[in-house]
Amino acid sequence: MASVAPAPRTTADTVTFDLARQSLRELNRFLHHDLRAGVKKVRVLNPDGAHNIAVGVDAPVEIEVDGHAGYYAAGMNKQARVLIRGNAGPGLAEGMESGVVHVKGFASVSAGAAGHGGLLVIEGDASLRCGISMKGLDIVVGGSVGDFSAFMAQAGRLIVCGDAGDALGDSLYEAVIYVRGKVSSFGADAHEEPMRESDYVALADLLGRAGLKHDPRQFRRVASKRELYHWNADANQEY
Amino acid sequence: MCGIVGLLVKNPALREQLGELMLPMLIGMTERGPDSTGLAVFTAPVADGRRKFSLYSGEGEFDWTAFERAARQALSDDSEVSVQANHGVLETAAPPPQVTGWIRAVYPRLHVLSAGQFIDLYKDVGAPAEVATRYDFRNLTGTHLVGHTRMATESAVTPDRAHPFTAGEDWCLVHNGSLSNPYQIRRKLEPLGIAFETDNDTEAACRYFEWRMREGDDLETAIHKGFEELDGFYTFLMGTKDELALVRDAFACKPAVVAETDDYVAISSEFRSLAKLPDVKNARIFEPVPEEVYVWRA
Repeated sequence: MASVAPAPRTTADTVTFDLARQSLRELNRFLHHDLRAGVKKVRVLNPDGAHNIAVGVDAPVEIEVDGHAGYYAAGMNKQARVLIRGNAGPGLAEGMESGVVHVKGFASVSAGAAGHGGLLVIEGDASLRCGISMKGLDIVVGGSVGDFSAFMAQAGRLIVCGDAGDALGDSLYEAVIYVRGKVSSFGADAHEEPMRESDYVALADLLGRAGLKHDPRQFRRVASKRELYHWNADANQEY
Repeated sequence: MCGIVGLLVKNPALREQLGELMLPMLIGMTERGPDSTGLAVFTAPVADGRRKFSLYSGEGEFDWTAFERAARQALSDDSEVSVQANHGVLETAAPPPQVTGWIRAVYPRLHVLSAGQFIDLYKDVGAPAEVATRYDFRNLTGTHLVGHTRMATESAVTPDRAHPFTAGEDWCLVHNGSLSNPYQIRRKLEPLGIAFETDNDTEAACRYFEWRMREGDDLETAIHKGFEELDGFYTFLMGTKDELALVRDAFACKPAVVAETDDYVAISSEFRSLAKLPDVKNARIFEPVPEEVYVWRA
């Protein structure tokens, strides 16, 4: 999955960090404080599963990670386009605000958790709790998502090109989920709704930006029944 | 938080390098578990009718030569002891209940870490690099191993509460997570004559599975019964004489990642401790899904 990394090279518009020889702190300090004008791309070699790669970046820079990332990669991202040529650990792009985070492999649990904006693309599978409590982020998963995905998701869109696990969209607010494959089970207050013209337009746009070629007509729309929005004493805790 | 590592070599030529391949994996999990470190390694078996017992003597000097002499008199005259730091392996033809009973009565200071024909077990307080040096993990050989780095949550930091835990023969378990009903399990097992050595939650899971297998379940059936009986969070990695088995609870809060090549299968809490393995860039890497039992045979 990870491509063979060429020799590190720093050019006028590209800066390379080799985490086999440089510390993660050096990389993140550079991304936070020392990004001078003209640097368009930062390459990260030998990430080897390190935690916190490129967290908290707030600059319109391209970041390419050649290998697997550990916990919390690209968390809180603003503006940057982060490409991970490998897999990502738990908490990928947690709380991201804008920009694009794109993972070629799979992502572990809680990908895109609580994200406010931007686009998160995971080409492989995403594990449990993908998009938990998302607040405006768009997530496109090329593979399947695990149980409890989009739990309490408030805004944004989650697109699942494969299957979804149990309790999809449990206690969903106004986020919308599009699923192409099977859904093991819906969570409380989530249900399937008819697709609208605006759904096809949104799907075509997001799939296009993610570089995936599926036909939007293959997807189904999952959204909130909005029955949990108001307390109903007669429901006897059954929703 | 804790770290777990497992390694099974498929290519027999790598058995000689088992410890060397594993060492960066274990040290890579130091941040997840700096308190205590443990390792069970499954080796070529001792001769039929014989067993080996990993023993821990604790702090201070212990006269292993006198112990061997006493074992030859009390157990079998061909008993042998090999020593590494405060850890000894007794190999003997006497049956396990007699051996453990004798040790408990005559050498109460010794803690029996494991018993069987295949298993050697080392565990102690200390960070992985320190414990690995103390017991020369680098030179371990064998078919597969199960390792653990501990960050204690459920019971005190002592050598006997370090992982792996064992029960019966050639069986061990390490755990990342916490069980919320270990005393319920214990109250179920103790009336059946199953004795506990610590107040650690993981010991309950270890003894539960061993009991199920003694009752006739195969490992997978035992683990499936555990889904009903064990309440809590866990990634369990388990070793038998010829298998490694891995399972995560339904919520999969505790991480695990597997890298498999034609030569080996390596398991860890995180990829960063697999990153130094040979040819890992071409390995099939995946995250085990919850409540699926993964078993690899040596």
